[in-house]
Amino acid sequence: MKKVFLAVRKGWRKFKFKRKNRSLAMDILLIILLGCIGLVSIWPLLYIINAAFKPMSEIFLFPPKLFVRNPTLNNFFDLSVLISESNVIFGRYLFNTIFLTVVGTGGTVLVGSMAAFPLAKYRFPGSKVMSSTVVYSLMFNGTVTAIPNYIIMSRLNLINTYWAVILPVVGGTFGLYLMQNFIVQVPDDLIEAAKIDGMSEYGIFFKIIMPLSRPAWITLIILSFQSFWGNTGGTFLYSEKLKPVSYMLSQVINGGIARTGAAAAVSLIMLVVPVVVFVISQSNVLETMATSGLKG
Amino acid sequence: MKKKKKTTFREVWKKHRQKYILMLPFIVLFVVFTLVPVLVSIVLSFTSFNLIEMPKFVGLRNYINLLAFDSVFLIAVKNTLLFAIVTGPVSYLLCFGLAWLINELPPKVRAVMTLVFYAPSISGGAYMIWKLIFSSDSYGYANALLMNLGIIQEPILWFANKDYIMPILIVVQLWLSIGVSFLAFIAGLQNVDRSLYEAGQMDGVKNRWQELWYITLPQMKPQLMFGAVMQITQSLSVSSISIDLVGFPSVDYAGHTILTHLHDYGNLRYEMGYACAIATILFFMMIFINIIIQKLLRKVAS
Repeated sequence: MKKVFLAVRKGWRKFKFKRKNRSLAMDILLIILLGCIGLVSIWPLLYIINAAFKPMSEIFLFPPKLFVRNPTLNNFFDLSVLISESNVIFGRYLFNTIFLTVVGTGGTVLVGSMAAFPLAKYRFPGSKVMSSTVVYSLMFNGTVTAIPNYIIMSRLNLINTYWAVILPVVGGTFGLYLMQNFIVQVPDDLIEAAKIDGMSEYGIFFKIIMPLSRPAWITLIILSFQSFWGNTGGTFLYSEKLKPVSYMLSQVINGGIARTGAAAAVSLIMLVVPVVVFVISQSNVLETMATSGLKG
Repeated sequence: MKKKKKTTFREVWKKHRQKYILMLPFIVLFVVFTLVPVLVSIVLSFTSFNLIEMPKFVGLRNYINLLAFDSVFLIAVKNTLLFAIVTGPVSYLLCFGLAWLINELPPKVRAVMTLVFYAPSISGGAYMIWKLIFSSDSYGYANALLMNLGIIQEPILWFANKDYIMPILIVVQLWLSIGVSFLAFIAGLQNVDRSLYEAGQMDGVKNRWQELWYITLPQMKPQLMFGAVMQITQSLSVSSISIDLVGFPSVDYAGHTILTHLHDYGNLRYEMGYACAIATILFFMMIFINIIIQKLLRKVAS
Protein backbone atom coordinates (compact mmCIF):
# COMPACT_ATOMS: atom_id res chain seq x y z
CA MET A 1 0.00 0.00 0.00
CA LYS A 2 2.72 2.41 0.95
CA LYS A 3 4.54 1.77 -2.27
CA VAL A 4 1.54 2.83 -4.31
CA PHE A 5 1.04 6.06 -2.42
CA LEU A 6 4.70 6.97 -2.65
CA ALA A 7 4.60 6.41 -6.40
CA VAL A 8 1.51 8.58 -6.78
CA ARG A 9 3.03 11.35 -4.72
CA LYS A 10 6.24 11.24 -6.64
CA GLY A 11 4.23 11.65 -9.79
CA TRP A 12 2.56 14.75 -8.42
CA ARG A 13 5.77 16.58 -7.87
CA LYS A 14 6.55 19.04 -10.57
CA PHE A 15 9.35 18.05 -12.80
CA LYS A 16 11.87 20.76 -13.43
CA PHE A 17 14.45 20.47 -16.09
CA LYS A 18 15.73 22.74 -18.80
CA ARG A 19 15.73 21.55 -22.37
CA LYS A 20 18.96 22.31 -24.13
CA ASN A 21 18.22 21.06 -27.62
CA ARG A 22 16.42 24.20 -28.84
CA SER A 23 17.69 26.71 -31.36
CA LEU A 24 17.03 30.40 -30.71
CA ALA A 25 16.19 31.22 -34.34
CA MET A 26 13.46 28.61 -34.48
CA ASP A 27 12.13 29.79 -31.10
CA ILE A 28 11.73 33.34 -32.44
CA LEU A 29 10.13 32.12 -35.67
CA LEU A 30 7.60 30.00 -33.82
CA ILE A 31 6.73 32.78 -31.39
CA ILE A 32 6.00 35.12 -34.32
CA LEU A 33 3.81 32.40 -35.85
CA LEU A 34 1.93 31.93 -32.58
CA GLY A 35 1.44 35.66 -32.28
CA CYS A 36 -0.11 35.93 -35.75
CA ILE A 37 -2.56 33.08 -35.18
CA GLY A 38 -3.31 34.52 -31.74
CA LEU A 39 -4.26 37.89 -33.22
CA VAL A 40 -6.84 36.24 -35.44
CA SER A 41 -8.20 34.09 -32.62
CA ILE A 42 -8.55 36.78 -29.98
CA TRP A 43 -10.82 38.90 -32.17
CA PRO A 44 -14.28 37.73 -31.01
CA LEU A 45 -13.24 38.14 -27.40
CA LEU A 46 -12.17 41.74 -27.98
CA TYR A 47 -15.30 42.38 -30.00
CA ILE A 48 -17.66 41.14 -27.29
CA ILE A 49 -15.85 43.00 -24.51
CA ASN A 50 -15.82 46.27 -26.45
CA ALA A 51 -19.41 46.02 -27.63
CA ALA A 52 -20.68 45.68 -24.07
CA PHE A 53 -19.28 49.10 -23.14
CA LYS A 54 -20.32 50.93 -26.29
CA PRO A 55 -22.96 53.66 -26.07
CA MET A 56 -25.88 53.28 -28.50
CA SER A 57 -24.37 55.80 -30.92
CA GLU A 58 -21.27 53.64 -31.31
CA ILE A 59 -23.12 50.34 -31.53
CA PHE A 60 -24.98 51.56 -34.61
CA LEU A 61 -21.97 53.38 -36.00
CA PHE A 62 -21.44 52.59 -39.63
CA PRO A 63 -18.93 51.36 -40.63
CA PRO A 64 -18.54 49.44 -37.33
CA LYS A 65 -15.43 49.95 -35.22
CA LEU A 66 -13.85 47.24 -33.10
CA PHE A 67 -12.70 49.38 -30.18
CA VAL A 68 -14.95 51.47 -27.96
CA ARG A 69 -14.27 55.25 -27.83
CA ASN A 70 -16.49 56.51 -25.00
CA PRO A 71 -17.00 53.53 -22.71
CA THR A 72 -20.25 53.51 -20.71
CA LEU A 73 -22.03 51.22 -18.27
CA ASN A 74 -25.46 52.10 -19.68
CA ASN A 75 -25.91 48.70 -21.31
CA PHE A 76 -25.59 47.03 -17.93
CA PHE A 77 -28.10 49.42 -16.34
CA ASP A 78 -30.56 48.70 -19.17
CA LEU A 79 -30.08 45.01 -18.59
CA SER A 80 -30.62 45.28 -14.84
CA VAL A 81 -33.90 47.12 -15.46
CA LEU A 82 -35.03 44.39 -17.85
CA ILE A 83 -34.09 41.72 -15.33
CA SER A 84 -35.99 43.41 -12.49
CA GLU A 85 -39.10 43.62 -14.68
CA SER A 86 -39.14 39.87 -15.26
CA ASN A 87 -41.87 37.74 -13.63
CA VAL A 88 -39.49 35.23 -12.17
CA ILE A 89 -36.81 36.59 -9.88
CA PHE A 90 -33.29 36.39 -11.23
CA GLY A 91 -32.09 34.27 -8.32
CA ARG A 92 -34.38 31.49 -9.47
CA TYR A 93 -32.82 31.43 -12.95
CA LEU A 94 -29.41 31.49 -11.36
CA PHE A 95 -30.26 28.57 -9.08
CA ASN A 96 -31.50 26.55 -12.07
CA THR A 97 -28.31 27.18 -13.99
CA ILE A 98 -26.09 26.33 -11.04
CA PHE A 99 -28.02 23.13 -10.36
CA LEU A 100 -27.92 22.01 -13.99
CA THR A 101 -24.25 22.87 -14.41
CA VAL A 102 -22.96 21.38 -11.16
CA VAL A 103 -25.01 18.18 -11.19
CA GLY A 104 -24.66 17.74 -14.94
CA THR A 105 -20.90 18.28 -15.02
CA GLY A 106 -20.32 16.22 -11.88
CA GLY A 107 -22.47 13.40 -13.24
CA THR A 108 -20.77 13.41 -16.63
CA VAL A 109 -17.30 13.23 -15.11
CA LEU A 110 -18.11 10.62 -12.46
CA VAL A 111 -20.36 8.28 -14.46
CA GLY A 112 -18.19 8.56 -17.58
CA SER A 113 -14.92 7.93 -15.73
CA MET A 114 -16.35 5.01 -13.77
CA ALA A 115 -17.30 3.30 -17.00
CA ALA A 116 -14.12 4.35 -18.78
CA PHE A 117 -11.80 2.68 -16.27
CA PRO A 118 -12.78 -1.00 -16.86
CA LEU A 119 -13.04 -0.40 -20.61
CA ALA A 120 -9.59 1.16 -20.76
CA LYS A 121 -7.70 -1.22 -18.52
CA TYR A 122 -9.33 -4.67 -18.75
CA ARG A 123 -10.56 -7.23 -21.25
CA PHE A 124 -13.75 -8.96 -20.14
CA PRO A 125 -16.85 -10.33 -21.85
CA GLY A 126 -18.63 -7.41 -23.49
CA SER A 127 -15.79 -4.91 -23.22
CA LYS A 128 -14.93 -4.89 -26.91
CA VAL A 129 -18.53 -4.49 -28.06
CA MET A 130 -19.02 -1.71 -25.55
CA SER A 131 -15.86 0.15 -26.63
CA SER A 132 -16.82 0.23 -30.28
CA THR A 133 -20.46 1.10 -29.54
CA VAL A 134 -19.16 4.08 -27.58
CA VAL A 135 -17.07 5.41 -30.49
CA TYR A 136 -19.73 4.84 -33.09
CA SER A 137 -22.54 6.47 -31.17
CA LEU A 138 -20.49 9.68 -31.19
CA MET A 139 -21.14 9.71 -34.91
CA PHE A 140 -24.93 9.70 -34.99
CA ASN A 141 -26.32 13.18 -35.44
CA GLY A 142 -28.49 14.53 -32.63
CA THR A 143 -31.07 16.25 -34.84
CA VAL A 144 -33.07 13.12 -35.60
CA THR A 145 -32.61 11.42 -32.24
CA ALA A 146 -34.29 14.40 -30.57
CA ILE A 147 -37.74 13.00 -31.38
CA PRO A 148 -37.28 9.47 -29.97
CA ASN A 149 -35.51 11.12 -27.05
CA TYR A 150 -38.50 13.34 -26.35
CA ILE A 151 -40.88 10.37 -26.46
CA ILE A 152 -38.71 8.41 -24.02
CA MET A 153 -38.53 11.42 -21.70
CA SER A 154 -42.28 11.86 -21.64
CA ARG A 155 -42.86 8.13 -21.03
CA LEU A 156 -40.51 8.38 -18.05
CA ASN A 157 -42.29 11.54 -16.86
CA LEU A 158 -39.05 13.47 -17.05
CA ILE A 159 -40.25 16.34 -19.24
CA ASN A 160 -40.06 19.64 -17.42
CA THR A 161 -37.59 18.39 -14.83
CA TYR A 162 -33.88 19.12 -14.57
CA TRP A 163 -33.18 15.48 -15.37
CA ALA A 164 -34.47 15.85 -18.92
CA VAL A 165 -31.50 18.14 -19.58
CA ILE A 166 -28.93 16.32 -17.46
CA LEU A 167 -29.44 12.61 -18.09
CA PRO A 168 -29.01 12.52 -21.91
CA VAL A 169 -25.68 14.31 -21.57
CA VAL A 170 -24.50 11.96 -18.80
CA GLY A 171 -25.64 9.02 -20.96
CA GLY A 172 -23.75 10.40 -23.94
CA THR A 173 -20.45 8.84 -24.84
CA PHE A 174 -18.22 11.86 -25.26
CA GLY A 175 -17.06 12.02 -21.64
CA LEU A 176 -16.43 8.31 -21.46
CA TYR A 177 -14.45 8.31 -24.70
CA LEU A 178 -12.26 11.21 -23.58
CA MET A 179 -11.55 9.60 -20.18
CA GLN A 180 -10.91 6.19 -21.73
CA ASN A 181 -8.12 7.59 -23.89
CA PHE A 182 -6.33 8.99 -20.88
CA ILE A 183 -6.93 6.19 -18.39
CA VAL A 184 -5.33 3.78 -20.89
CA GLN A 185 -2.04 5.47 -20.06
CA VAL A 186 -2.13 4.80 -16.33
CA PRO A 187 0.65 2.25 -15.79
CA ASP A 188 -0.53 -1.35 -15.35
CA ASP A 189 2.17 -1.99 -12.74
CA LEU A 190 0.52 0.45 -10.42
CA ILE A 191 -2.86 -1.25 -10.70
CA GLU A 192 -1.23 -4.64 -10.14
CA ALA A 193 0.61 -3.38 -7.08
CA ALA A 194 -2.61 -2.01 -5.65
CA LYS A 195 -4.34 -5.34 -6.26
CA ILE A 196 -1.59 -7.21 -4.46
CA ASP A 197 -2.12 -4.83 -1.57
CA GLY A 198 -5.76 -5.93 -1.55
CA MET A 199 -7.38 -2.87 -3.04
CA SER A 200 -10.78 -3.32 -4.67
CA GLU A 201 -11.55 -2.00 -8.17
CA TYR A 202 -13.47 0.84 -6.53
CA GLY A 203 -10.47 1.73 -4.42
CA ILE A 204 -8.21 1.63 -7.45
CA PHE A 205 -10.60 3.89 -9.32
CA PHE A 206 -10.79 6.57 -6.66
CA LYS A 207 -7.26 6.41 -5.28
CA ILE A 208 -5.19 5.74 -8.40
CA ILE A 209 -7.08 6.20 -11.65
CA MET A 210 -8.74 9.51 -10.84
CA PRO A 211 -5.73 11.28 -9.28
CA LEU A 212 -3.56 10.21 -12.20
CA SER A 213 -5.95 11.27 -14.94
CA ARG A 214 -6.50 14.72 -13.53
CA PRO A 215 -5.61 16.63 -16.74
CA ALA A 216 -8.29 14.60 -18.52
CA TRP A 217 -11.17 15.18 -16.14
CA ILE A 218 -10.33 18.84 -15.72
CA THR A 219 -10.56 19.15 -19.50
CA LEU A 220 -13.88 17.33 -19.37
CA ILE A 221 -15.11 19.73 -16.68
CA ILE A 222 -14.26 22.70 -18.93
CA LEU A 223 -16.12 21.26 -21.91
CA SER A 224 -19.10 20.03 -19.93
CA PHE A 225 -19.43 23.26 -17.97
CA GLN A 226 -19.44 25.23 -21.18
CA SER A 227 -22.24 23.19 -22.73
CA PHE A 228 -24.44 23.21 -19.61
CA TRP A 229 -23.88 26.92 -19.08
CA GLY A 230 -25.08 27.69 -22.60
CA ASN A 231 -28.00 25.24 -22.42
CA THR A 232 -31.34 27.03 -22.59
CA GLY A 233 -33.41 23.99 -21.65
CA GLY A 234 -35.04 23.90 -25.09
CA THR A 235 -38.26 21.93 -25.29
CA PHE A 236 -37.41 19.82 -22.26
CA LEU A 237 -38.03 22.59 -19.72
CA TYR A 238 -41.17 24.61 -20.42
CA SER A 239 -42.01 25.97 -17.00
CA GLU A 240 -40.54 29.46 -16.55
CA LYS A 241 -39.47 28.57 -13.02
CA LEU A 242 -37.11 25.88 -14.27
CA LYS A 243 -35.49 27.87 -17.07
CA PRO A 244 -31.77 28.64 -16.74
CA VAL A 245 -30.07 32.05 -16.97
CA SER A 246 -29.01 31.50 -20.57
CA TYR A 247 -32.68 31.19 -21.57
CA MET A 248 -33.59 34.40 -19.77
CA LEU A 249 -30.68 36.24 -21.35
CA SER A 250 -31.44 34.89 -24.81
CA GLN A 251 -34.91 36.39 -24.42
CA VAL A 252 -33.25 39.78 -23.93
CA ILE A 253 -31.27 39.30 -27.14
CA ASN A 254 -34.43 38.36 -29.04
CA GLY A 255 -36.16 41.49 -27.74
CA GLY A 256 -35.53 43.54 -30.84
CA ILE A 257 -33.30 46.36 -31.97
CA ALA A 258 -33.98 48.64 -28.99
CA ARG A 259 -32.30 46.10 -26.76
CA THR A 260 -29.11 45.83 -28.77
CA GLY A 261 -27.16 47.52 -25.98
CA ALA A 262 -28.52 45.23 -23.27
CA ALA A 263 -27.88 42.28 -25.58
CA ALA A 264 -24.23 43.26 -25.87
CA ALA A 265 -24.04 43.29 -22.07
CA VAL A 266 -25.66 39.85 -22.05
CA SER A 267 -23.06 38.47 -24.45
CA LEU A 268 -20.30 39.65 -22.14
CA ILE A 269 -21.90 38.18 -19.01
CA MET A 270 -22.53 34.87 -20.78
CA LEU A 271 -18.87 34.82 -21.78
CA VAL A 272 -17.23 35.89 -18.53
CA VAL A 273 -18.25 32.87 -16.45
CA PRO A 274 -16.99 30.17 -18.85
CA VAL A 275 -13.79 32.15 -19.35
CA VAL A 276 -13.16 32.33 -15.60
CA VAL A 277 -13.88 28.61 -15.22
CA PHE A 278 -11.65 27.94 -18.20
CA VAL A 279 -8.71 29.90 -16.83
CA ILE A 280 -8.95 28.36 -13.35
CA SER A 281 -9.32 24.82 -14.67
CA GLN A 282 -6.73 25.19 -17.39
CA SER A 283 -4.10 26.39 -14.94
CA ASN A 284 -4.79 23.19 -13.00
CA VAL A 285 -4.33 21.06 -16.10
CA LEU A 286 -1.01 22.69 -16.71
CA GLU A 287 0.24 22.32 -13.18
CA THR A 288 -0.20 18.61 -12.80
CA MET A 289 2.31 16.37 -14.36
CA ALA A 290 0.48 13.37 -13.24
CA THR A 291 2.22 10.32 -14.56
CA SER A 292 5.75 11.63 -14.78
CA GLY A 293 8.17 9.26 -13.19
CA LEU A 294 5.66 6.42 -13.22
CA LYS A 295 6.02 5.04 -16.70
CA GLY A 296 8.76 3.01 -18.31
CA MET B 1 -23.55 -9.25 -23.84
CA LYS B 2 -22.88 -10.82 -20.50
CA LYS B 3 -24.81 -13.97 -21.31
CA LYS B 4 -22.71 -14.98 -24.30
CA LYS B 5 -21.34 -18.09 -22.63
CA LYS B 6 -24.24 -19.39 -20.68
CA THR B 7 -22.34 -22.08 -18.87
CA THR B 8 -19.81 -19.72 -17.43
CA PHE B 9 -22.10 -16.79 -16.72
CA ARG B 10 -21.71 -17.28 -12.99
CA GLU B 11 -17.94 -17.39 -13.27
CA VAL B 12 -17.79 -14.30 -15.45
CA TRP B 13 -19.95 -12.39 -13.00
CA LYS B 14 -17.90 -13.55 -10.05
CA LYS B 15 -14.64 -12.58 -11.68
CA HIS B 16 -15.67 -9.24 -13.17
CA ARG B 17 -18.49 -8.14 -10.88
CA GLN B 18 -16.84 -4.93 -9.76
CA LYS B 19 -16.14 -3.86 -13.34
CA TYR B 20 -19.74 -4.34 -14.37
CA ILE B 21 -20.94 -2.46 -11.31
CA LEU B 22 -18.63 0.47 -12.13
CA MET B 23 -20.08 0.54 -15.63
CA LEU B 24 -23.70 0.04 -14.61
CA PRO B 25 -24.83 3.67 -14.13
CA PHE B 26 -23.41 4.60 -17.51
CA ILE B 27 -24.85 1.57 -19.31
CA VAL B 28 -28.36 2.28 -18.04
CA LEU B 29 -28.27 5.95 -19.09
CA PHE B 30 -26.50 5.15 -22.33
CA VAL B 31 -29.03 2.52 -23.41
CA VAL B 32 -32.06 4.65 -22.52
CA PHE B 33 -30.89 8.04 -23.78
CA THR B 34 -28.40 7.27 -26.56
CA LEU B 35 -28.64 3.71 -27.90
CA VAL B 36 -32.43 3.37 -28.09
CA PRO B 37 -32.96 6.79 -29.75
CA VAL B 38 -30.27 5.95 -32.34
CA LEU B 39 -31.80 2.55 -33.08
CA VAL B 40 -35.30 4.05 -33.30
CA SER B 41 -34.00 6.65 -35.75
CA ILE B 42 -32.45 3.95 -37.94
CA VAL B 43 -35.77 2.04 -37.92
CA LEU B 44 -37.65 5.26 -38.77
CA SER B 45 -35.41 5.69 -41.81
CA PHE B 46 -37.38 2.82 -43.43
CA THR B 47 -40.69 4.62 -42.89
CA SER B 48 -42.62 7.64 -44.02
CA PHE B 49 -43.22 9.71 -40.89
CA ASN B 50 -44.60 13.26 -40.64
CA LEU B 51 -44.73 13.45 -36.82
CA ILE B 52 -48.57 13.54 -36.84
CA GLU B 53 -49.63 10.22 -38.33
CA MET B 54 -48.13 6.89 -37.34
CA PRO B 55 -44.97 5.98 -39.31
CA LYS B 56 -45.69 3.91 -42.44
CA PHE B 57 -43.17 1.28 -43.50
CA VAL B 58 -41.83 2.05 -46.97
CA GLY B 59 -38.82 -0.25 -47.18
CA LEU B 60 -35.80 1.21 -48.92
CA ARG B 61 -37.73 3.98 -50.66
CA ASN B 62 -36.10 6.82 -48.69
CA TYR B 63 -32.65 5.53 -49.51
CA ILE B 64 -33.47 4.99 -53.19
CA ASN B 65 -34.92 8.49 -53.45
CA LEU B 66 -31.91 9.99 -51.71
CA LEU B 67 -29.24 8.28 -53.76
CA ALA B 68 -30.95 8.08 -57.15
CA PHE B 69 -33.39 10.97 -57.44
CA ASP B 70 -32.37 13.70 -54.98
CA SER B 71 -29.82 15.70 -56.96
CA VAL B 72 -29.55 18.27 -54.17
CA PHE B 73 -28.44 15.53 -51.77
CA LEU B 74 -25.61 14.59 -54.12
CA ILE B 75 -24.49 18.24 -54.15
CA ALA B 76 -24.64 18.14 -50.34
CA VAL B 77 -22.48 15.00 -50.20
CA LYS B 78 -19.96 16.51 -52.59
CA ASN B 79 -19.77 19.76 -50.59
CA THR B 80 -19.52 17.94 -47.27
CA LEU B 81 -16.69 15.71 -48.45
CA LEU B 82 -14.80 18.61 -50.02
CA PHE B 83 -15.23 20.59 -46.82
CA ALA B 84 -14.12 17.68 -44.63
CA ILE B 85 -11.10 16.79 -46.74
CA VAL B 86 -9.75 20.31 -46.30
CA THR B 87 -10.82 21.21 -42.76
CA GLY B 88 -10.37 17.79 -41.13
CA PRO B 89 -6.62 17.30 -41.61
CA VAL B 90 -5.72 21.00 -41.49
CA SER B 91 -7.51 21.65 -38.23
CA TYR B 92 -6.13 18.41 -36.77
CA LEU B 93 -2.59 19.59 -37.52
CA LEU B 94 -3.42 23.08 -36.31
CA CYS B 95 -4.82 21.80 -33.00
CA PHE B 96 -1.82 19.60 -32.40
CA GLY B 97 0.73 22.12 -33.60
CA LEU B 98 -0.59 24.89 -31.40
CA ALA B 99 -0.94 22.64 -28.36
CA TRP B 100 2.60 21.39 -28.85
CA LEU B 101 4.11 24.83 -29.39
CA ILE B 102 2.50 26.50 -26.41
CA ASN B 103 3.54 23.58 -24.26
CA GLU B 104 7.05 25.02 -24.44
CA LEU B 105 6.11 28.42 -23.10
CA PRO B 106 6.49 29.42 -19.44
CA PRO B 107 3.35 28.36 -17.47
CA LYS B 108 1.68 31.77 -17.15
CA VAL B 109 2.15 32.78 -20.77
CA ARG B 110 0.98 29.31 -21.73
CA ALA B 111 -2.28 29.67 -19.80
CA VAL B 112 -2.99 33.00 -21.50
CA MET B 113 -2.20 31.63 -24.96
CA THR B 114 -4.46 28.64 -24.39
CA LEU B 115 -7.34 31.01 -23.76
CA VAL B 116 -6.41 33.13 -26.79
CA PHE B 117 -6.51 30.17 -29.17
CA TYR B 118 -9.61 28.69 -27.57
CA ALA B 119 -11.43 32.05 -27.67
CA PRO B 120 -13.47 31.38 -30.84
CA SER B 121 -14.83 28.16 -29.32
CA ILE B 122 -15.70 29.68 -25.97
CA SER B 123 -17.48 32.76 -27.27
CA GLY B 124 -20.58 30.99 -28.55
CA GLY B 125 -21.99 32.50 -31.71
CA ALA B 126 -18.97 34.74 -32.18
CA TYR B 127 -18.42 33.44 -35.69
CA MET B 128 -21.12 35.89 -36.68
CA ILE B 129 -18.40 38.55 -36.74
CA TRP B 130 -17.34 36.96 -40.03
CA LYS B 131 -20.52 38.45 -41.40
CA LEU B 132 -19.01 41.87 -40.70
CA ILE B 133 -15.73 40.89 -42.30
CA PHE B 134 -17.36 39.59 -45.48
CA SER B 135 -20.13 42.16 -45.54
CA SER B 136 -21.08 42.83 -49.16
CA ASP B 137 -20.72 46.63 -49.10
CA SER B 138 -17.49 48.59 -49.30
CA TYR B 139 -17.39 48.88 -45.48
CA GLY B 140 -17.01 45.16 -44.90
CA TYR B 141 -13.44 44.61 -43.69
CA ALA B 142 -12.49 42.28 -46.53
CA ASN B 143 -13.90 44.55 -49.22
CA ALA B 144 -12.44 47.69 -47.64
CA LEU B 145 -9.00 46.11 -47.44
CA LEU B 146 -9.02 44.85 -51.03
CA MET B 147 -10.29 48.20 -52.33
CA ASN B 148 -7.70 50.16 -50.40
CA LEU B 149 -4.99 47.96 -51.83
CA GLY B 150 -6.44 48.59 -55.27
CA ILE B 151 -6.95 44.90 -55.99
CA ILE B 152 -10.66 45.34 -56.69
CA GLN B 153 -12.69 48.36 -57.76
CA GLU B 154 -16.19 47.25 -56.77
CA PRO B 155 -17.17 45.54 -53.50
CA ILE B 156 -17.57 41.76 -53.86
CA LEU B 157 -20.88 40.17 -52.87
CA TRP B 158 -19.15 37.41 -50.94
CA PHE B 159 -22.13 35.35 -49.84
CA ALA B 160 -23.98 35.72 -53.14
CA ASN B 161 -21.20 34.24 -55.25
CA LYS B 162 -21.01 30.48 -55.35
CA ASP B 163 -17.25 30.49 -55.90
CA TYR B 164 -16.59 32.25 -52.60
CA ILE B 165 -19.07 30.47 -50.33
CA MET B 166 -17.14 27.24 -49.76
CA PRO B 167 -13.71 28.87 -49.23
CA ILE B 168 -15.25 31.30 -46.71
CA LEU B 169 -16.96 28.47 -44.83
CA ILE B 170 -13.68 26.56 -44.75
CA VAL B 171 -11.80 29.56 -43.32
CA VAL B 172 -14.46 30.14 -40.65
CA GLN B 173 -14.54 26.46 -39.71
CA LEU B 174 -10.75 26.33 -39.35
CA TRP B 175 -10.85 29.41 -37.17
CA LEU B 176 -13.57 27.81 -35.06
CA SER B 177 -12.11 24.33 -34.89
CA ILE B 178 -9.43 24.91 -32.26
CA GLY B 179 -11.62 23.34 -29.61
CA VAL B 180 -12.07 19.88 -28.15
CA SER B 181 -9.06 18.25 -29.82
CA PHE B 182 -6.84 21.19 -28.90
CA LEU B 183 -7.73 20.87 -25.20
CA ALA B 184 -7.32 17.09 -25.32
CA PHE B 185 -3.86 17.50 -26.87
CA ILE B 186 -2.85 20.02 -24.21
CA ALA B 187 -3.94 17.61 -21.49
CA GLY B 188 -2.22 14.76 -23.32
CA LEU B 189 1.06 16.65 -23.48
CA GLN B 190 0.93 16.97 -19.71
CA ASN B 191 0.76 13.21 -19.53
CA VAL B 192 4.04 12.65 -21.35
CA ASP B 193 6.68 11.43 -18.97
CA ARG B 194 9.22 14.22 -18.53
CA SER B 195 12.08 11.84 -17.80
CA LEU B 196 11.77 10.53 -21.36
CA TYR B 197 12.81 13.94 -22.68
CA GLU B 198 15.77 13.97 -20.37
CA ALA B 199 16.77 10.48 -21.44
CA GLY B 200 16.24 11.53 -25.05
CA GLN B 201 18.69 14.39 -24.69
CA MET B 202 21.32 12.01 -23.42
CA ASP B 203 20.62 9.58 -26.23
CA GLY B 204 21.28 12.31 -28.77
CA VAL B 205 17.90 13.73 -29.73
CA LYS B 206 19.22 16.80 -31.52
CA ASN B 207 16.32 19.15 -32.01
CA ARG B 208 12.66 19.67 -31.23
CA TRP B 209 11.51 17.91 -34.39
CA GLN B 210 13.32 14.69 -33.52
CA GLU B 211 12.00 14.94 -30.00
CA LEU B 212 8.47 15.35 -31.37
CA TRP B 213 8.80 12.35 -33.67
CA TYR B 214 10.60 9.91 -31.36
CA ILE B 215 9.20 10.82 -27.95
CA THR B 216 6.12 13.06 -27.93
CA LEU B 217 4.03 11.51 -30.70
CA PRO B 218 4.44 7.86 -29.63
CA GLN B 219 3.56 8.87 -26.06
CA MET B 220 0.37 10.57 -27.18
CA LYS B 221 -1.18 7.79 -29.25
CA PRO B 222 -4.49 7.61 -27.35
CA GLN B 223 -5.05 11.38 -27.52
CA LEU B 224 -4.11 11.44 -31.19
CA MET B 225 -6.72 8.76 -31.87
CA PHE B 226 -9.28 10.67 -29.85
CA GLY B 227 -8.51 13.84 -31.80
CA ALA B 228 -8.90 12.00 -35.09
CA VAL B 229 -12.37 10.74 -34.17
CA MET B 230 -13.38 14.23 -33.07
CA GLN B 231 -12.11 15.79 -36.30
CA ILE B 232 -14.01 13.27 -38.41
CA THR B 233 -17.31 13.88 -36.66
CA GLN B 234 -16.85 17.65 -36.56
CA SER B 235 -15.66 18.20 -40.10
CA LEU B 236 -18.52 16.13 -41.52
CA SER B 237 -21.16 17.74 -39.26
CA VAL B 238 -21.02 21.30 -40.52
CA SER B 239 -24.41 23.00 -40.60
CA SER B 240 -25.01 25.98 -38.35
CA ILE B 241 -22.14 28.09 -39.69
CA SER B 242 -23.42 27.49 -43.21
CA ILE B 243 -27.02 28.36 -42.34
CA ASP B 244 -26.07 31.42 -40.26
CA LEU B 245 -23.44 32.85 -42.59
CA VAL B 246 -24.49 32.12 -46.15
CA GLY B 247 -28.19 31.56 -45.47
CA PHE B 248 -30.48 28.68 -46.25
CA PRO B 249 -30.82 27.68 -48.99
CA SER B 250 -27.52 29.11 -50.20
CA VAL B 251 -26.89 30.42 -53.70
CA ASP B 252 -26.78 27.47 -56.13
CA TYR B 253 -26.62 25.21 -53.05
CA ALA B 254 -22.93 26.17 -52.82
CA GLY B 255 -23.04 26.00 -49.00
CA HIS B 256 -25.41 23.03 -48.86
CA THR B 257 -24.15 20.15 -46.70
CA ILE B 258 -25.54 16.80 -45.60
CA LEU B 259 -26.64 18.32 -42.31
CA THR B 260 -28.30 21.36 -43.85
CA HIS B 261 -30.17 18.90 -46.06
CA LEU B 262 -31.18 17.02 -42.92
CA HIS B 263 -32.21 20.29 -41.28
CA ASP B 264 -34.37 21.01 -44.32
CA TYR B 265 -36.29 17.73 -44.13
CA GLY B 266 -36.28 17.30 -40.34
CA ASN B 267 -36.99 20.81 -39.07
CA LEU B 268 -38.74 22.52 -41.99
CA ARG B 269 -40.60 19.87 -43.99
CA TYR B 270 -41.22 17.40 -41.14
CA GLU B 271 -40.38 14.40 -43.31
CA MET B 272 -38.74 12.54 -40.44
CA GLY B 273 -38.35 9.22 -42.25
CA TYR B 274 -36.35 10.91 -44.98
CA ALA B 275 -34.36 12.93 -42.41
CA CYS B 276 -33.54 9.73 -40.52
CA ALA B 277 -32.31 8.14 -43.74
CA ILE B 278 -29.99 11.12 -44.27
CA ALA B 279 -28.69 10.79 -40.70
CA THR B 280 -28.14 7.06 -41.17
CA ILE B 281 -26.19 7.55 -44.39
CA LEU B 282 -24.03 10.18 -42.69
CA PHE B 283 -23.55 7.80 -39.77
CA PHE B 284 -22.22 5.02 -41.99
CA MET B 285 -20.06 7.46 -43.95
CA MET B 286 -18.42 8.54 -40.69
CA ILE B 287 -17.88 4.97 -39.55
CA PHE B 288 -16.35 4.07 -42.90
CA ILE B 289 -14.03 7.09 -42.89
CA ASN B 290 -13.17 6.40 -39.27
CA ILE B 291 -12.09 2.84 -40.05
CA ILE B 292 -9.89 4.03 -42.92
CA ILE B 293 -8.28 6.78 -40.83
CA GLN B 294 -7.63 4.46 -37.89
CA LYS B 295 -5.91 2.00 -40.25
CA LEU B 296 -3.88 4.81 -41.77
CA LEU B 297 -2.82 6.14 -38.36
CA ARG B 298 -1.80 2.66 -37.23
CA LYS B 299 0.32 2.23 -40.35
CA VAL B 300 2.03 5.56 -39.75
CA ALA B 301 2.59 4.61 -36.11
CA SER B 302 4.33 1.33 -36.96
